[in-house]
Formats: sequence, structure tokens, C-alpha cells
Amino acid sequence: MTTTVEIGPMLLAILPEIGLVLLAALILVLDLVTRARTNRNFLGWITATGLVVIGVLSAVFAQPGATPAVIWGGMLRLDNAGFLFSMLFISGAALTVLFAMESESIRERGEFYILLLVSTLGMCLMASATDLVMLYLAIETTSIPLYALAVFVTVDQKSVESGIKYLLFGAMSSAVMLFGFSFLYGFTGTTNISNIAQGLSSASIPLVAVLAVLALVLVGFAFKISAVPFHFWAPDVYEGSPTPVAGFLSTASKAAGFAVLLRVMFVAFPGYSSIWTIIVAIMATASMFVGNLLALTQKNLKRLLAYSSIAQAGYILIGVAADTQFGASGAVYYLMAYLVTNLAAFGIVTVVGRVIGSDEISAYAGLNRRSPGLALALLAALLSLGGIQPFAGFFGKLLVFGAAIQQGMLWLALVGILNSIIGLYYYLTVLKVVYTYRSEEEARPMLSVPGWKVALVLCLVGIVTLGVVMAPFYNLSTAAATAFGVY
Amino acid sequence: MLPFLSLIIFIPMAAGIIILLLPAERREWIRRTALAAVVLDLLLSAWVYATYNIAAGGYQFLEQLPWVPALGISYHVGVDGISTPLVLMAGVVVFCGVLISWNVQERPREFFAFLMFLASSVFGVFSSLDLFMLFFFFELAVFPKYLMIVMYGWPKTREYGGMKLTLYLFIGSVVALIGALAIYFGSGKYTFDLLELAKAGFNVEFQKLWFPFVFLGFAILGGIFPFHSWAPDGHVAAPTAISMLLAGVEMKVGAFAALRVGIELLPEGARSWAWLILILATINIVYGAFIAMIQSDFKYVIGFSSVSHMGLVLLGFATLNEKGLLGSGMQMFSHGVMTACFFAVVGMVYDRAHTREITKLGCFFKKMPWAAVGFIVAGLVSMGMPGFSGFNAEFPIFMGAWQATPKLPDLLGGGQISGAVVAIIAIMGVVITAAYILLVARRVFFGDLPQEYSEVSDVTVFDKLAIGLLSAIMIGLGWLPGMMAPMVQSGVKSILAILGGA
Amino acid sequence: MDFITTHLLSLILFLPTLAALILLFLPGKRVKLLRGFALGASLITFLLTLAIWAQFQSGTPGFQFVEQAPWYTALSSSYHLGIDGISLTMILLTTLLTPLALLASFSVTERVKPYLFLFLLLETGLLGVFMALDLLVFFVFWEVGLIPMYFLIAQWGSANRNYASLKFILFTMAGSLGLLLAIQMIGVVTGTYDLVQLFKIWPNLEAAKSLFGLPVESVKAIAFWAFVIAFAIKVPVWPFHTWLPDAHTEAPTAGSMILAGVMLKLGAYGFLRLVLPLFPAQSHAYAGWLAALGALAIIMGALSAFGQTDFKRLVAYSSINHMGFVVLGIAAAAWAAGTQDATLALNGAVLQMFNHGLSAAGMFFLVGVIYDRTHTRNLNDFGGFYAVMPIYGSVLIFTAMGSLGLPGLGGFVSEFLVVRGAWPVFTAATALSMIGLFFTGAYMLKALKQVLHGPVNEKWRHHLSEINVRELFVISPLMVLMLVIGFWPASLLEVINRAITMFKF
Repeated sequence: MTTTVEIGPMLLAILPEIGLVLLAALILVLDLVTRARTNRNFLGWITATGLVVIGVLSAVFAQPGATPAVIWGGMLRLDNAGFLFSMLFISGAALTVLFAMESESIRERGEFYILLLVSTLGMCLMASATDLVMLYLAIETTSIPLYALAVFVTVDQKSVESGIKYLLFGAMSSAVMLFGFSFLYGFTGTTNISNIAQGLSSASIPLVAVLAVLALVLVGFAFKISAVPFHFWAPDVYEGSPTPVAGFLSTASKAAGFAVLLRVMFVAFPGYSSIWTIIVAIMATASMFVGNLLALTQKNLKRLLAYSSIAQAGYILIGVAADTQFGASGAVYYLMAYLVTNLAAFGIVTVVGRVIGSDEISAYAGLNRRSPGLALALLAALLSLGGIQPFAGFFGKLLVFGAAIQQGMLWLALVGILNSIIGLYYYLTVLKVVYTYRSEEEARPMLSVPGWKVALVLCLVGIVTLGVVMAPFYNLSTAAATAFGVY
Repeated sequence: MLPFLSLIIFIPMAAGIIILLLPAERREWIRRTALAAVVLDLLLSAWVYATYNIAAGGYQFLEQLPWVPALGISYHVGVDGISTPLVLMAGVVVFCGVLISWNVQERPREFFAFLMFLASSVFGVFSSLDLFMLFFFFELAVFPKYLMIVMYGWPKTREYGGMKLTLYLFIGSVVALIGALAIYFGSGKYTFDLLELAKAGFNVEFQKLWFPFVFLGFAILGGIFPFHSWAPDGHVAAPTAISMLLAGVEMKVGAFAALRVGIELLPEGARSWAWLILILATINIVYGAFIAMIQSDFKYVIGFSSVSHMGLVLLGFATLNEKGLLGSGMQMFSHGVMTACFFAVVGMVYDRAHTREITKLGCFFKKMPWAAVGFIVAGLVSMGMPGFSGFNAEFPIFMGAWQATPKLPDLLGGGQISGAVVAIIAIMGVVITAAYILLVARRVFFGDLPQEYSEVSDVTVFDKLAIGLLSAIMIGLGWLPGMMAPMVQSGVKSILAILGGA
Repeated sequence: MDFITTHLLSLILFLPTLAALILLFLPGKRVKLLRGFALGASLITFLLTLAIWAQFQSGTPGFQFVEQAPWYTALSSSYHLGIDGISLTMILLTTLLTPLALLASFSVTERVKPYLFLFLLLETGLLGVFMALDLLVFFVFWEVGLIPMYFLIAQWGSANRNYASLKFILFTMAGSLGLLLAIQMIGVVTGTYDLVQLFKIWPNLEAAKSLFGLPVESVKAIAFWAFVIAFAIKVPVWPFHTWLPDAHTEAPTAGSMILAGVMLKLGAYGFLRLVLPLFPAQSHAYAGWLAALGALAIIMGALSAFGQTDFKRLVAYSSINHMGFVVLGIAAAAWAAGTQDATLALNGAVLQMFNHGLSAAGMFFLVGVIYDRTHTRNLNDFGGFYAVMPIYGSVLIFTAMGSLGLPGLGGFVSEFLVVRGAWPVFTAATALSMIGLFFTGAYMLKALKQVLHGPVNEKWRHHLSEINVRELFVISPLMVLMLVIGFWPASLLEVINRAITMFKF
């Protein structure tokens, strides 16, 4: 189970985290030094490049071995799950940086990149954490920069409002979660999650108590993944915060929440799986319905994407509720697909929002004539969310529904497909506006910065690749899923 | 050996991608790329048809590549006696569709690109020997269909028709997906390969439970009552070439998938539910014909008549015997060609007259004789007139109906439906079809020419080529059923082996 | 050469179609070329038929000039052709009337190409029915003939053509529906559609075999009625006749010639070829009803004809009247199968089919001749034509007498044979038919009087041209044949009689 590792390899194991810290420091220095300069686009490019370098180096040097290793005194675990998710976060951050370069109010402010990097650092730690204290630290490290990022465009009242909401909600749910953690420590006398599992099973703790603890803990996780009934912050925060930030929130932050959810549920509460699977399944159902039904009525694309994100969380939760390796790998694959998809969607909203000045769906009229490529990109992103071939979302949905059926939870699969139908309806409605409605502005081209274009192309490549060449990514997901469950 | 099937599937896809990359103003390049792709596909599919070894039977032109080995998914293609004619039919209809659409003026780039993707999807489903791949290509068609209808369709109903069609089909396919996943997990073999799954031997209760999911899910795309209402609305809303593809080929995709996945993988389930399919199919035939008769819009008549004729295909499936399945196989081909011809002619009339109200039209034979003859030939096929392909398809279906002995479940008394009654009721659909086809043909193409259409132009050379090809096929197959029947028969034999053994 | 001699029937069958297809490529404006080509093709077909006639061995039992090739093997149906004396007679009639009808069609001036195209296709359809020795092939050709006729009536007919053509095709198709179902049933039960085999298998079907829970006898009864109704609509047997007056009246002249001359015989042929041999017991059981209906047709047809003011409609009803004799003859044969009476009656029936073909075609043609000149068919408008067109008048009288059944002309022989054969069998019906015969004379003479005699209607005086050479060419062969058969019936009867005596049912 645990292999004692020396300092050297342990440092190597947290190479991504170290890299992120160094990069953040670099950006801080550069930002201070070049404050006088007018054109500071290079900050974004440096951040993005730096993230890529970190990713590559980690892939080369910091890959987990055949057996997972617990490091840093049981705080972290070097395994395929943590590794994959870290790569995911780093990619997400890089893409967000590139997308953010489109936004004038953000791109020249070094703080943006620093906050993003620190948040990413927190996420990487979240994915690898095996200790409650570490977990809490990581969650806060992730969340606090995100609160600031949500508020980032201080001149925009909506941005400020969304940030405050996010902070309040987040703080409250964190507190509740911490309360739950404290009970866990109290019941079992340890903060290491695998030891907690042993502790819970050996000591005869009343079921009610465990359930209560479970509920408290889930509050925090549910907030992170914007699952019903802790989703209320999402629409307002997504709508108010700067669009690139919303993209990052909806993808990387959510993925981090899922990583934690999977690890804690599988490792700390295996004995109570019959109960928490039901709870998770109900959460999934509720999220799907609430997200999809409310999305039907939205006129603002950002809000629509927010509600759609809530629903998407529901789909991923199906994979979690299945409580199998297959289900977990489905959830992981879905998250990978969802990352590129949603980032692309929000990226497009960034450009259109800047050029047309509105995020209303009606502002997208005539987009096909104005910029066919952009329309196609939006098509790919929305249909991937809908779960249509040949885009990534389909395979993700296939896996999670399959996991539900394998476990005999046919009702959950049926709920899933019913919601897919509702989802397809509103995605197609947006596409209808894009492709068939006319606007007077059709002749004016859509201009975007190179960085943004690079990010969009990468996302699209990702969407199609994950939809067509599934095998290598599926194998990665399975490795991650195994790592979650094997102790 | 060339990978014929892969070429057939991917040439349109490649063409579609190339077309999307072309500048929007280069209309000629766009059209020619599309035409080149469909001509190639037509030739390749004709070659596959001609060189399929009927004596050897079974699946031929096999290709297999691993796709996601961890899940038992592979790219596995092959055609048997039933799918080979369908591949040919798709090749013909897509070719004619491009010819008919040659003069599309608005945004031809997206039009032809999406048309190519649709073609690719159709060929993919017909050739699939892997359940995942079948779904992959099946749903690949969703977005091209939707966009083509809302972008290029009839302004009055295209939003409604397009959304209805797409949602219905999506519903059908996800319902079938659930069934397919159940099959995957139930087989215990963890493979999506159809050939492997066919040997899996599911127990009877499992089959009885999951057959409706799979069969009805796919049959929705085939237009089964009562989930058929997307068809008339969707077909009418769509632009001509898409109507041709939708009614001519897509509906067969649904029926074919229902056969491949439903009947061939779950034969006992098929046997238990045959009574329901039989009843629904019969309703399709008669109800579709009745409703077609009372339509005032020319295109709606054809749309409902498609629902009626697909009922014949489903009837043949439900008989689960040699003649019925043979007839269904032939009917899928014949109806595909026929309805493509119908919609093509309707489109030609509408493009020039800008109306499809039967009462407003008249004497179009004078203005476009080729189109009129095409309509008449297609009409004779739809009436089941001997000497045309429709008769050679409908006759064995009825023979199969006579011999069918579907058992009612114990819940409903456990008796038997009399095939004779079914055959007699179904043949009424034929009479009604004859009546409305003759009436519509007479009103639109003969009679007096209304003043406003005196300057209407004739159809183009490409239009004539398309109609000529489709008519020649319908007549040729009518007089020479031996050109197709043996091939379909060989396919049917393998299905019977599955059914008999079960 | 060998190919031709061994595939003579196929050649005759498909030559008209081939000609039709070639016709499509000829220039549409060169009307003379088109007409000449079509006429020439149909004449070649006729000559080929004569060649068959010459080589036909009337003493040999079974079918001759048989051809068989795989066609729809999946359904055990093959392309099987063959003729015996009965079908040869009918084929001769068809290939004779077609060139005459085409010659008569020279007065059609608009859309000549489609007209001729459809006409040639029609000939193939009709010939196919007579030659078919496979039920499926029979049915295919049975239906195939309907469509060209529908279009001929609908496009080149008179004022009420839309209604008439639609009624014609829907009536006939409705009848065909039953036929189709019955054929399907036969195929399902026996596993083959080949007539030669069915003649052996079907009547001897074991009682043990049953279909959908019904005993064999019930299945046979259903099939019998389905066949009977389909053919009864075609013949037409009263009360299924209501489509005929409209169709015949509204059709163009040549169309009526073929419709009355050949198409009605399809129904009677169906009775002879299919109903009698396949269902001898049921035919015997219901022969009485058939005889009664035949008698009714004779009487009603005559009475209705008597009351007509439209010349063409009168001739149409006369068809019902004459076909009634055919039905009576068949009924007698069905009842008294195997006796000499049956043979006589059947001889009469077949000969009547031929004769009526000649006389009906002739009468319709002559009505058309007047119509071309006066553009009306109303008998009240006519009068005194004999004075203005004496040759036409003589011809009309001759043909009318042939239609009437005047001794010395063909009609008499066939009607006599039918009556002779039916009298011992169905005395009452035959007696009633005599009354009908009386009225036949009445209406025919009345018509002649109204057209030819009396004062000339002034408005026609300068519009009536004498019957021209072309028109004479059309009517002469018919007149000659009527005369020949009247004086020398053996010329045709020999072949028919031999066929009938060997006819097993």
C-alpha cells in the first residue's frame, strides 16, 4: 500500500505544483517590472507557454509508477487519478489563459494570471489529496482566487455582485464541509481518508451519524460541482463573472470537485455505498432536471450555459452513482470531454460578447453568415454538450448511461436520456438562431486575437478527437478510475 | 482488395470537410466536389452490388480495425444480402439528390457539406457490423438533418418540422441506445461486435424486455405508428434533396437497424412482440393511405404515403418468415427509389410554381413532361402495379402475411392473429393508394393549365437525368426481379437461421 | 433463325413494346412516320401470329410453342408462355385488331407519339394474358394492360373521359385485388404459380392440408369467388357491368375497338383458362347462377341498348348483350362438363368471343367514322345517311347484321352453338336469352333506321364525305372474316374444337 519514498522522488512527484508556484512568481515579477509598458500581451503568452512546459515536464518526469505511492506523510498520493486530473487542470488553465487574451480588461493584468495559477495549484492538490486537512487547504487554495477572479472586472457591477455571491456561498459551504470533516476526525481519530474508512467500519458508529456526516461533506462537494441543491450560485456567478473565468469555473473547478468527490466517496465511505449511491443518484436526477428545464427558458447564452453546466454535472454524477470502475472512468472521460467543450463554448461567447456587446442569444443571429467558422465551432461545442456524434460528449454520455445500466439502475439511465432530449432541444434552438436568423451586422467580420484562435482550434481538435479516437483517452480514464478505487 | 465499404463511407465525409474549407463564393468547386464524391460512391456501390457473391452469402467486403479495444468496440464493416441493395439504393438516391440540388443558390457550401455528412452517416449504418459504430453513424445524421431543414427548408414550417423531426429521431435513437447497452452488458462478452453478439444467446425474459426498446427505438425512424407524425411534417419542411434522402434512405436506415439489432440479436423477443408490430404496421398502411388521400398539399400526400409504405416494410418484418422478409428487403429498395423520385418531382413543381396546393396546380405535363412521367412511374410503383418494382416487393410481403402466425401474449388471451385478416386489411391500403395517386396525378399534371403558370420552365438536364435513372431502376426491377431477389433471399436465409435456431 | 423459331411467342409478345420504345426516339412532328412505323410493327406482329397459326398442330394435346425461363425464382414463379387452340384464337384476334385500330387512329392528330406509344404497350399487355402459363405472369400482364387504356381514355377521350377512365381503372383494379389475394393464397398453399403444375395439383389438394385454420374446401371456395368476381367485372357480367358503358363511350374510337374487341375477352378467357380447370366442382355448383346472369346480361344489355340515343353507348350495351352469350356458354360447360353439350356450348363461347371481337370493333369503328364527320353521336341528329354515303351505309348494314347474328355471318354460328349447347343444360336461361336475341334485332334495326334511313338532316348534307379508302381498309378485313366464318366456320372451329375437346376440366 504505502511505499516509503525519499525526498528527491517526492519533490519530483509534486513537480506540477512546484512549477505552478514558480510560474506564478515569475509572472508576479514580470508584472511588477513591466508595469510601465503599454503592450503586455506577452504575459498571457508566457503563462500559457509556462503551463505547457509544466505539463510536458510533468508528463516526462512526474508520471506515477505502476503502483500508487503515498507521499508527503500521507497528505498526497501519486497515482494515475491525480496525475490525469492535474494534466486536465493545467490544460484547462492554459486554454483559459489563451481565451482570456481576447478580453481587454483582463489580459494585461498580471494578477489575473497569478490568481489563475494559484487556483490551478489548489486544484492539483485537491486531486491528489488523501488527507482531510490537505483537502480542505487545497479546496480553499482553489476557491479563494476564484472568488477574486469572479470579481475581477471591478467596474462591472454584475461582476462584483457575482463575486460576492460566490464568496458567500463558497464560504458557507466550506464551513459546513469543514464541520463534517471535524466529525469524521472525531469519530475515527484520523484525518487520512483510507484510515477513516477503517475507522468507520470498525467502530460501531450509528448509521444516522454517518449519514449526517456524509451529508455535511457532500454539501461542500456539491457546491464545487454545482449540483442541485447547491447550485444556486452558478447562474448568477457565470453570468456576472468575466466570460473566460466562467469557462474556467465551469470546467476545471468542477472537475476538481468531482476528483475529490470520487476519491472521498470511494475511499472513505466504501461501506456505505448503498446509501450514498442513492443520494448521489437523486442529486444527479435533480441536477439534470433543474438544469435542463431552467435552461429551456433562458434568453442569455451565458446563463443558458450555466444551467446547462448544472445539468452536465448531473450526467457526470450518474457515473459516480454507479459506484463501479466503469462508472468512474465514464465520469472521468466525460470530464475530459466537457473541459474542451465548455471552454470552447465560453470562448466563443467571449468573442461574440466583445464584438457584438451582448450575451443574449438573439445577438447570435446571422453568426453563420458573419463567420462560418465560428458558427461551426459553436455547433461542435453545443452538440458535444448535447451528446451527439461525432463529438466528444457522446462517448461520455454512452459511458455514464452504460454504467447505470450495468448496475441495474435503469431508471437513472432513462432519466438521463429524457434529459438529453430536453438538452438537445435548447442546444438546437441556439443553433437555429445562429444559422437561420438574419441580422444587419452580417457583413462585418469577427476579429479575434491570435491567442484566442489557437485556443479555439485546440479545443475543437480536442472535441473531435475525443469523439472519434476514443481509445487512448479511455485507457487513461480507466487508469484514473482504477486509481481512485484501489487502495 | 480495395477497402470498398470504407471508401464508400468516407469519401462523402472527406468531400464534406473539403467543401467546408472552400471559400463560400467558389460555387462551382463546391458543386463539383460534391458531384465527384457521389459519382464515385455510386460507382463503388454498384460495384459492390455487382460483385457480391450470392452463392457464398453471408457478410462480405469485411474490414475490421480495433477502435476502443478496452470496451470491445471495433470499426467493423461488411454487407450481406439485405444491406447490399440498400447501399446501392443510397448511392443512387444521394447521386440524384445532388443532381436535383445543382442550382441551390443560397449558401451552397453548407448545403452540400451537410448533405455529404448525411450520406456518410447512411452508408455507415448500412455497413456497420459493430453496435457502437452503428449508433455512431446513426446519430451522426442528427445535426446535418436539423440544420439543412431549418436553413433550406420551406419557410412556413421549417423550424417546427425540423425540430420535430430531429427530436423524434433523437428520442428513438437514445431509447434504442439504452437497449443496446443492455445487450452489451447482458451478453457477458463485453463486445459491441454484432457477429459476436448474434451468437450470445440471451435468455428469453431478457429478450422480451429489451426487444421493444431496440426495435421501437429504431422503428421510430422507420415511421412506425404512432410515432410517425414527424415524417410528414419533417419531409414537407425539408428542401427537396433532403426530403429525398430522409424519406428514401433515412427511413430505411431506421427499419434496417431495427432488423439488424432488434430481430437479429433478439429473435425470441421478436417472436414475442411480432403481434404488436404486425398490428402497428397494418395501421401504418391503412391510416397512412387514408390521411394521404385527404391532403391538399402535394408534398404532404407523398409524405403520408411514405408512412403507409414503410408500414409494408414493417409488416414484412413482423411476419418473421422467408417471403415476408424477402418482400421487406425488396420494398426497402423499391420504396427508397420511388419516394426519391416523388419528392424530386414535387420539388421541381414547387420550384417553378411556388405552390403545392393541388387545387391550384394543373396540366404540368405540358410544361415538364419528364417530371410528369417520373411522377406517373413512381405512382404506379406505389400502387403496386405489376411490371414495376413495387409489385415485386409487395407481393412477397403479402404472401408472408398469409403465412404469419404471431402469437398473442398470454396477457391478451394467448391466441393467434390471423395472417389472412392482416393481408386483407393491408391490401385496402393499396386500393386507397391507387385512388389518391391517380387523382393527384391527374389534377397536377393533366387538366387545364392555370394562367399563372403558362410561363413555367421545363426541368433541367440534370433533373431529367435523375428522373430517368430512378424510373429506369423502378421499371427494370419490375420486369427483372431476378436482379435483386436472389441477393435479398440469401440475406434472408441467414436471418431465418437465427430465428429458427432461437 | 433458331432463336426466332424457338421464341416465337416472346417475339410476338414484346415486339410491340420494342416498337414503342423505338417510337419514343422518333421525331414527334413527323406524324406520318410515327403512324407508319407503328402500323408496320403491328403488322409484323400479325404476320408472326399467322406463322404460328400455320405451324400450330391442332390435334396435339397440351400447350405448344412453350417457353420457360426463370423469372422470380424466390417465389417459384417463372416466365412461362404457351398456347393452345383457345389462346391462339384470342392472340389472332388481338394481333388482327391492333393494326386495324392503329389504322383507324390516323384521325387522331394531337400528341400522336404518346398515343401510339401507349397503344403498342397495350397490345403487349393483352397478348401477355393470353400467353401466360404462370399465375404471377398472368396477373402482371392483366394489370399492365390497364394503365395504357386508362391514359388512352383520359387523354384522348370525349367529354366525360375523366370520370369514365377513373371508374374503369378503379373498378377493374378493385376486382384485381381479389384476384391478387387469391393468387397469393394459391401460391402459399401449393408453393408454385406454374399453371401446368397447378392444373394437376390444385383440384386434387388433399383435404388434410389446411390454411390458417380453414379447411381446404373453404380456401378453394374463397379463391373461386375471388377469381370469379375479378373476371366477372372484366367480361362484364351483370351486375358488375356499370363501368363499361362509360368507358366504351368516352374512349377514342380505336380505344373502344380494342376495349370491346379484346379487353372484355380477357375476362372470359380468365374463366376458361383459370376458373373452369382449377375449380371444376365449384364451377359446377354455381353454374346455374352464372347462366342466369348470362341470360340477364343478354336481355338487359339488349333492352338498355334499345333505349339509347347515343350511338356509341348503344354499341357499348350491345357488347354486354353479346358477352352474355359467352357467359351462358361457359356456364353450360361448367355444369355439364364432359358431355357433348358442354363441348358445343364452349365452342360457341370461344367462337362468340372471336366474332364479337370482330363485330364490336367494326361497329365502334363505324360509329367513329360518323363521329369524325359530324362530331356528334346522337341518333336523333342523324338520318338519311344512306343517300349521302351509300358505301358506308352498306358497310354499316353488313356489320350490324354480323353483330346481330344473321345466318351466313359469323355471329350466327357462335350464338347457335351456344344456344344448342346450353338448351339441354339450362333450358330456362336459354329460353330467356332468345327473348334477348329478339331485342338485339330490335335495337340494331332501330339504330340502322335512325342513322341511314329517313330524311337527311339538312345540316349534314355538305359535311358528309363518303367512307374513304383508309377506313375501308380498316373495316374490310373484319367484314371478310365475318363472312368467312359464317360460311366456313370450320376454318376457325377446327382449331377451337380440338382444343376444347382436349380441354380438361
